[in-house]
Amino acid sequence: MGTGIAVSAFRYYFLYNFRDTHAGKPKEKTMKTNTIKMAAILLASTALVAGCGKKKVEALPPVAEGTEYAQPQPAPPAPVNQIVPGSQEDFLQQVGQFGDRILFETDRFNVDAEDQATLQRQAQWLALHPNARITVEGHADERGTRDYNLALGERRANSAKNYLTSIGVDASRIETVSYGKERPSALGSDEQAWAQNRRAVTVTVQ
Amino acid sequence: MTSFSFYRKLASLLLLIVGSHSVMAQTPPPAPATDEPELVEFDTSKTRSIAVPALVAPAPVDTAAGNSAALGRQIAEVISSDLRASGVFETQGPNGLRAISLGEVTAPQFDYWKGRPVEQLVQGFVRVGGDGNLTVGCYLYDVGFGNETTRLGFNVPPREWRRAAHKCADAIYAKLTGELPFFDSRIAYIAETGPKGKRVKRLAIMDSDGANHRFITNGQSTALTPRFSPNYKSILYLSYVDGNPRIYVYDIDAGRQRLITQSRNPTFAPRWSPDGQTILYSMAVAGNTDIYKISASGSGTPVKLTTSPSIDVGGSFSPDGRQIVFESDRSGSQQIYVMNADGSSQRRISFGSGRYATPEWSPRADLIAYTRIAGDFRVGTMRPDGSGERLLTDSWQDEAPTWAPNGRVIQFFRTAKGSGKTSIWQVDLTGSNERQLPTPVDGSDPAWGPVLP
Repeated sequence: MGTGIAVSAFRYYFLYNFRDTHAGKPKEKTMKTNTIKMAAILLASTALVAGCGKKKVEALPPVAEGTEYAQPQPAPPAPVNQIVPGSQEDFLQQVGQFGDRILFETDRFNVDAEDQATLQRQAQWLALHPNARITVEGHADERGTRDYNLALGERRANSAKNYLTSIGVDASRIETVSYGKERPSALGSDEQAWAQNRRAVTVTVQ
Repeated sequence: MTSFSFYRKLASLLLLIVGSHSVMAQTPPPAPATDEPELVEFDTSKTRSIAVPALVAPAPVDTAAGNSAALGRQIAEVISSDLRASGVFETQGPNGLRAISLGEVTAPQFDYWKGRPVEQLVQGFVRVGGDGNLTVGCYLYDVGFGNETTRLGFNVPPREWRRAAHKCADAIYAKLTGELPFFDSRIAYIAETGPKGKRVKRLAIMDSDGANHRFITNGQSTALTPRFSPNYKSILYLSYVDGNPRIYVYDIDAGRQRLITQSRNPTFAPRWSPDGQTILYSMAVAGNTDIYKISASGSGTPVKLTTSPSIDVGGSFSPDGRQIVFESDRSGSQQIYVMNADGSSQRRISFGSGRYATPEWSPRADLIAYTRIAGDFRVGTMRPDGSGERLLTDSWQDEAPTWAPNGRVIQFFRTAKGSGKTSIWQVDLTGSNERQLPTPVDGSDPAWGPVLP
């Protein structure tokens, strides 16, 4: 389990760095520097994954240049002393970078061990803030038909909800909503982007 | 012929062809629909050439839609454009053709048109009545035989002059192909703007040729998957207006909408029954999506039609309303199934390679159109028993076919790889004559309504 968290932390660090680099129009120099940095991180995470034989690394190849990323979660780097306990900012800080979401294989909606680790950290935060409520947003990649993807997003959001309730979170605190393929997080048309878009994202209700 | 005797003749002719009807007086008799599942194809080798000179405007006057002489030319342009876009005809005019005289409308100079050369000739007139309405006469002649094939008259308010043109084109199309008409119909779709990560999606409607475009929602909340009611009075569509995906019925005249069913569960993939009395929809309960139907009146309780623990979604009634084609991943991947309208006798009909989605039953009953997913997304057709599978398009992502009211042309939307930009296209049943529809912004989720009364 510990390894799972480490792997996901590496993965998210990788994705986060990449996203930041490519937001807007990146300068060539920055891209080169970051490409090297990313390669190093990718190698490190690959080694970890290979070591424990967990989640496939194929989902995480370096993406093509020019791939753009949306600005997904509002995570402004506010000073720690300004973060209100129980707020969305607090949640994002406590669950870690990209700890607000779990990812799925094509057409799948099962919660694997790595996803469970992510959801357990969300549940820990919810236990600390018993008045907090959440919405789990289910998403699909663009390579599905619209209506089916709405149904698939429903399945994914409910998978996350069901796991959270199975480890003690009261179901009445969890809403679900499906966005199908309407709100991609990664904007490319490649396997790497699609892997990031097949997701269930937990958002606190303020 | 003196002008007086001509007008007397014209007046009696109008009585004959217009009769006492006030709006859209006549439509051509429908060609017999065939029940046999054989694919009837357009024979594109028999493309016919048609000349459409500007319609004559005797004593031109100004109308609410412009001068009647200008309308005569514009109506000819729409007739010519409709016929050409069908892919069955080559058209000449009105640009590049000489003006015809009023007398020629009923007495064509066949020798002149033989020399163009053309096989068919469309002539007509636009007259402005005392009530300000237009009377549009439309005549089809076979140039080779030197005789009149059909004639129609329409009485329309000036602002609806395009409908007279579409009705005329429909009559000619039906007469010459033996198919049912389809030009005088409308399309509901989703107009898209903005970057891929923050797409603005608005409900919009337009004529079958893209004219008379109108936005219905303002884009503040995402709108998806519209469907015109068979009488064009309302539109079913999905909106996130309350934050969750829900199906609404939008009343076009009143500008109001209501939920189709009071439920906290998400509802999506709405469809009308052919008689407009029943609404088919999908609803997810605790993550599991099934297909339901409910009375369109807003009363009554929903009837659950599927019960599998898999995704059962979408659905489209057969034209007689007795069967429903839908998609389900109960086999492990999206496939097409048919059931009776009460949910009984569910059976899979798609067995080719890949996944099959968004089935739509043809208004002619003979075929089912679908999206086939095997790497790329392509639009295809098969018979209701699953045989005769044919793919009509080949692009990166073609999705969500909708049938022309005559079951001979299919519209769909195409998504561009990378940018995610969308556009509406149509293709005929042979897979030829593929073309993009003009829309003011990007477009997706087209839904073609029936021929207007």
